[in-house]
Amino acid sequence: MSDANARPAAPSARPLSPHLQVYRMTLTMAMSIVHRITGGALYVGALLLAWWLIAASTNARVFSTISWFLASWMGQIILFGFTWALFHHLLGGIRHFLWDAAYGMDHPEREYLAQATLIGAIVLTIAVWAISFMVR
Amino acid sequence: MSNDPRSLSTELSKVRFLGSARSGVLDSWRMRLTSAALIPLSIAFVWIVLSLIGKDYNQVRAALGSPLESVLMLLFILAGVYHMHLGMRSIIVDYVHDNALREWTLIASACFCACIALACVYSVLRIGFA
Repeated sequence: MSDANARPAAPSARPLSPHLQVYRMTLTMAMSIVHRITGGALYVGALLLAWWLIAASTNARVFSTISWFLASWMGQIILFGFTWALFHHLLGGIRHFLWDAAYGMDHPEREYLAQATLIGAIVLTIAVWAISFMVR
Repeated sequence: MSNDPRSLSTELSKVRFLGSARSGVLDSWRMRLTSAALIPLSIAFVWIVLSLIGKDYNQVRAALGSPLESVLMLLFILAGVYHMHLGMRSIIVDYVHDNALREWTLIASACFCACIALACVYSVLRIGFA
């Protein structure tokens, strides 16, 4: 421990509160960050839903344009990402509900929950896309 | 907070600005309300989209325009956009530190959410009532 009376050279340079860079990265922390990123991605992704619905309500010609885009490799990658982000955020939200009720906050449980969210979202995404390839 | 018995300040003035005693928990409650609603609604949304694969324009309109699909889509859109609005607002207040920029960003986000909601709701209703 340093001398308690020693004044820091530049008080203004001290952090206002502990933030991301002072902690070792853990799975739960990474999942928290990814929850926010997927939320932001879905926010932007809502544009795609609005575009698709507007096209469907306009006419067949406009609808064929977005259908072509969504069926292209770029559209398929965006839709795949959207599906994963939706499931990841959905399972993350359920995990937050469990934490709100004070379940699964202790050491092994919270790690299992984080792993279940991560793996569950990937499994659900692959399952939905498997169904989509079967029905098309 | 001073607990000096000689203090002339009122109890109310002592606790004022020390924390929320009004509507601070309302956004937190609405976030959980929309989250809970979105668990079944987003599953319904995925199911609706899957059911539309391989259908042509008229078949898509007929499916989206049926009452069950329309109502589920409208609920998904309304709960989803409100959830988006609250989520983006907490992201903005966390990361945008300049006061003026933060206020304008909050306004822009609220307007974006309103546009998305209205565009989606109008389109679904138009398909349904066509």
